[in-house]
Amino acid sequence: MSNAAESPDEDWDDSAPGEGQEAGSGVRTYVIGLALASLLTVASFGVGATHFLWAPAVPVALVVLAIAQMGIHLVFFLHVTTGPDNTNNVVALAFGVMVVVLVILGSIWIMGHLQHALMTPEQMMRMQR
Amino acid sequence: MSDAAARPSDLSAQSQTHDPYRLGRRGGQGGGSDRRDATGRGEGGPASKRVTVAYGFWIFLLSDIVMFSGFFAAYAVLAGQTAGGPTGRELFEVRRVAIETACLLASSFTCGMGSVAAARRNMAWTQISLLVTGLLGFLFIVMEVQEFATMIGEGAGPQRSAFLSGFFALVGCHGLHVSVGLLWLGTMMAQIWVKGFTPPIQRRLLCFNLFWHALDIIWVALFTIVYLLGAGQ
Repeated sequence: MSNAAESPDEDWDDSAPGEGQEAGSGVRTYVIGLALASLLTVASFGVGATHFLWAPAVPVALVVLAIAQMGIHLVFFLHVTTGPDNTNNVVALAFGVMVVVLVILGSIWIMGHLQHALMTPEQMMRMQR
Repeated sequence: MSDAAARPSDLSAQSQTHDPYRLGRRGGQGGGSDRRDATGRGEGGPASKRVTVAYGFWIFLLSDIVMFSGFFAAYAVLAGQTAGGPTGRELFEVRRVAIETACLLASSFTCGMGSVAAARRNMAWTQISLLVTGLLGFLFIVMEVQEFATMIGEGAGPQRSAFLSGFFALVGCHGLHVSVGLLWLGTMMAQIWVKGFTPPIQRRLLCFNLFWHALDIIWVALFTIVYLLGAGQ
């Protein structure tokens, strides 16, 4: 039984994360992923370095490009798909993303409010004068 | 074991009637005696070790990413608190970051090539791919250490301001992960060389691939939020 468990074709309905579907097209997947990721990286640095975009839109563009590139990495390098054999991986990922979003946006939100509500020492000095 | 013998015919039967979500399967949720009824959620018995090991490592990586989110949150909150010291605009060299990014992206690609070669049990290409991965990762670390040394030399060390504390904590933590990854990569290459492509080695290589790609994903967030947004403000 332990021998059977070792064989890679044992798993019908579950893929290990990072495992491609078929070995033959593996190289092509990585090449496509590299091309798309390079494109998005160049776009990110381009948007940051030039005045191609309206200045206030630059942060939004950079965040969108970064999220797109993370998606590319997940699909083409980590082979996370929407297939039925990937359900467990995707659910775990979704939970992770939720925690990350809560931590980062929550911190920024709360600390932003605190900064508005609290006075810095310099402001307090100015008030006392 | 009769189960295993019957599998090839099962496989062809499955590919003829394509039903990946098992919508047309016989029997209810509990009746998992037939292997074809397995949904991957416990009905067909435990998954193979390859799946459970990689899934466990996936959970670890996600918890690692959650830890990084704490550092990101700290940096995002403290980014403006420069205490009269140098700002990111004055400190960051986008050129250097671009080269670092290229190194890490290329190493992620060669790491994937290594996994493809390992799946085909090609020793030479596996070792070459992993070696290139390691060299690119080492180049990344060298450039980052250089950057840190320059900044500290200019008096912009982690003790200078809250912004710099957050910066060194976040970027340093990522650099530490890459360094640990390089150590892992070295032992991985030695293990493949000595033991060959046994199932345990293949599992470890799969986990290493996951780790290395995850580091690249974190770097994407890092160069966007820290360097590009910081240099632009």
